[in-house]
Amino acid sequence: MIARSLRELDWALVAVTLVLCCLGILQIYSATIDTRWHDAWWKQIIWVVSGLLMMWAAANIDYHALLGRVSYLYGAALVLLLVTAFVGNKVFGSTRWIKIGGFTLQTSEFVKIVLILLVAKYLTDIKAENLEWKDIAKLAGLVAVPMLLVMKEPDLGTSLTYIPILIAGILMAGLRWRYFLIITGVLVLTLPIGYYFLKPYQKDRLVSFINPDRDPKGTGFQVIQSRIAVGNGGMWGRGAKESSQTHLGFLPVPHTDFIFSSFAEEHGFVGIVVALVLYFLLIMQVVQNAQTAIDRAGIYVCMGVAALLLFHVLVNVGMVVGRMPVTGIPLPLMSSGGSNTWSIFLMLGLVNSVRMRRFVN
Amino acid sequence: MALIHSERDREEQLDPERLRNQDHLRDDTKKASGKIAIFQYLTVGVFVFLISGFWTLQVQNPDVYSQAAENNRIKSTPILAPRGKILDRDGRVIVDNKASYSLLLNRDEIKPEHLRPIADELQLDYADLTTKIRRMSSRPQIIIKDQLTRDEMAWVESHQDAHTYPEMQVVRAWRRQYPQDGFAAHVTGYVGEISEAELNAPQFIDRNQGDIIGKDGLEKEYDSTLRGVDGQQRVLVDNMGRERQMENAREAVPGKDLRTTLDLDLQAVAELAMQDKRGAVVALDPRNGEVLAMVSRPTFDPNKFTGRISRKDWDEMANDPHKPLLNRAIQAQLAPGSTFKPIMAIAGLETGVVDPETQFHCSGGASFYGHYYACHLKGGHGNISLHRAIAQSCDVYFYNVGNRLGIDRIAHYADIAGIGRRTGIDLPNETQGTMPSTKWKMRVARQKWYAGETISVAIGQGAVTVSPLQIVAALGGLGERGRWYQPHLVYGEHAKLLRQGNFKPENLEQVISGMYGVVNEGGTGRAAYIPGIKISGKTGTAQLAATERTKGAKKGNALANNAWFVAFAPTEKPEIAVVALFENAEESYNAVPIVRDVIKAYFDKKQREQNLQARNTLLESITHNLFTLPALAVVAQ
Repeated sequence: MIARSLRELDWALVAVTLVLCCLGILQIYSATIDTRWHDAWWKQIIWVVSGLLMMWAAANIDYHALLGRVSYLYGAALVLLLVTAFVGNKVFGSTRWIKIGGFTLQTSEFVKIVLILLVAKYLTDIKAENLEWKDIAKLAGLVAVPMLLVMKEPDLGTSLTYIPILIAGILMAGLRWRYFLIITGVLVLTLPIGYYFLKPYQKDRLVSFINPDRDPKGTGFQVIQSRIAVGNGGMWGRGAKESSQTHLGFLPVPHTDFIFSSFAEEHGFVGIVVALVLYFLLIMQVVQNAQTAIDRAGIYVCMGVAALLLFHVLVNVGMVVGRMPVTGIPLPLMSSGGSNTWSIFLMLGLVNSVRMRRFVN
Repeated sequence: MALIHSERDREEQLDPERLRNQDHLRDDTKKASGKIAIFQYLTVGVFVFLISGFWTLQVQNPDVYSQAAENNRIKSTPILAPRGKILDRDGRVIVDNKASYSLLLNRDEIKPEHLRPIADELQLDYADLTTKIRRMSSRPQIIIKDQLTRDEMAWVESHQDAHTYPEMQVVRAWRRQYPQDGFAAHVTGYVGEISEAELNAPQFIDRNQGDIIGKDGLEKEYDSTLRGVDGQQRVLVDNMGRERQMENAREAVPGKDLRTTLDLDLQAVAELAMQDKRGAVVALDPRNGEVLAMVSRPTFDPNKFTGRISRKDWDEMANDPHKPLLNRAIQAQLAPGSTFKPIMAIAGLETGVVDPETQFHCSGGASFYGHYYACHLKGGHGNISLHRAIAQSCDVYFYNVGNRLGIDRIAHYADIAGIGRRTGIDLPNETQGTMPSTKWKMRVARQKWYAGETISVAIGQGAVTVSPLQIVAALGGLGERGRWYQPHLVYGEHAKLLRQGNFKPENLEQVISGMYGVVNEGGTGRAAYIPGIKISGKTGTAQLAATERTKGAKKGNALANNAWFVAFAPTEKPEIAVVALFENAEESYNAVPIVRDVIKAYFDKKQREQNLQARNTLLESITHNLFTLPALAVVAQ
């Protein structure tokens, strides 16, 4: 049984995943030498190894069984977020973490998985060719509730990662062109209103994204420093010793959100192309599992994961090169952090679960 | 909600419609492949978009960014550690620190054209400033002014921006605070900026240009104890000039306090007694060598030296003809005069050239080897033996003793008493003094010793020279019955026995009782008499050394003698030995009251403390009785 489940794993996917994790651990080690996070690298090893086990466990669960219980999972996710809001640990001014045993878990990371399942289940149940307004509104509403809770923490970055799950699902399910255009139009028109509701620091981040030199001392700092780090890397990189941006402390959190900046400084353009190609292969492998899925539910699950990964890479790496605003979401598999690593591995477990059941039995 | 359909779904799987459904699903998965392909293209687009971003930054114009990375840097500001305090034996503060602010210049931002306006504004000498900056080539930061005033601080703060004088930076510093009016200045010493010569000294091997170090006195001797370890605060300065505090600051470690053996009460009495005089006072405990007071006059104000004094001020102080910087207590080299006689006496008795009954006739002088040597008492002392010879300080008696002993036997006993040796006190630059001998003369002058020279040495003149500390240690050791402990200034140090005389006790008692006569039997030191305290002492009136005599003559100064008085008390078991040197005092009795004041202060304090203790025991017993009496009363009933 175990042998079979091991044989059936998507080994290409696992291989790419592990290479990325190794790059991440090496980079965490290099970026945190002589800092107070100097032990982050071996913690990351623990998270990756435990993440692998979680992935394997998730792969062995029939995703249909999870889909069947999605209402309970959704309820549990909301409870978890509420618990976080009330008893969570406040770090850097936001309440995102709860303590369980010796671990602090970022609950919003695990909600992603629930939302992927929720979207898959909801859309599978609709058997029409195209979605109606009523369906879209209902689904958007279901996603919006946890999203607002996370936004309140406040954690805009993570809450935004729920959107690609929703969009990927809706587009996969089939959207009339007319609807698509209307939604796009409404979104474009409401963006300025949304800006009005942002918190001041979030506005600052947006403004300094558009024009970082306007306030180089404040929020523009991270954007500028990250860009300098990346540029400093050049074609071949500076190596671990010469990467002054990383090691003189100019890069904020060089092992978490800005790990790709320090990676780019140390390994240069060549290094980042290798890393990005690996991410591309990872996403393509997930998409391939969508293509071979036996049913629509499997497609939704895989495409939800693929869309989420793509969004993470786009926003995080885009932020590093100064092509996206600073939102503070981690780079999957490379950034140091337990919750994110675990949630990504669990999602990859779901993808494997879909893969293992691709033949009609 | 559409969600809660899960149960029905399961039923549906058994439904006949299931197959059709599955077909429907299969169709659907095929239909989805188009959309999946769109997602794949989108993914390719995203990665191209990202890679193109890296291409622009890393490959197209990396120079711009590596330059920017260069401009980013860490500016580190020192957190200066305060030096340890210097305390007296009771823990009272002698030398303290006061917080102040200093101005430093960051070397890599210094622009030559800025220096003149900065110097002008802060009233610094422009030439001094530029030399200093050149000299401290190894320092990234140069402190150019200490003790900034409020106005100067305000000026610096409003001019240190990136566009005016960005090299300026204010740091919190500690200014050494010494007692006023040069109180104990020679003992404490002072601090100052390390000099080129000191940089090469082994003691300061780990110090850098611009460091403040102990320059003299205890500050120098215990520099490594007193100094702290400076910390460092790192400030991140990005390429736009913005400063950011970094977390990993290294805290400063303050220096350790130094508890000395000095007694502020005695020191104050000695300082007061020496006011407006030239000379020195040293008080020590002969039982262990603890120095209780040390005064040298004229004195200087160490507060003027703290930190960085200008060359002009320094020259002024160093070239003062009165040599205020000289610690006369350990650095004066003067003829001991008659204070040398107790050493002659013990030498005479121990060698047996005289005994207590031996008499010489003093007619106001005597001839030796064709020269006439006068006694200080022109009328002469008549027939005189040891006890009275010490008490009345008869020169003729000691000429005879010296003549019988010969120079080398004198030198032997003087050496045991520590004449001609450094005492080894924990202060820098102690002088050795001179105890002549035949060997010494051969070595120094390549000449034979003439017997006539011995006669002068016998009364502490001629080539023999001592420092006040040496003579008080020598006679204090006699009082300690022939045991000499190393004088020291740090409290709690183990008493170090340097030499032991192994003299016959009756000989020692003879000499000490002669010294008792000096004070108590109408001798030359009778002014030191204090009722109830047995004091032994010896006066001395020393002619200035020959070289000084000629120097003085050239300047046309009146040739006054130096007055000495050395005493210890109580006679039977001395607890304190004091010397006073009063330069140009004309007569020895001028030094006597100074010593008396210090000894009196010592015993007064002791009495006070004993009274206090007695009072406390009394109070304790009274309160004890108060509590027990009622109990007794109850028992009695």
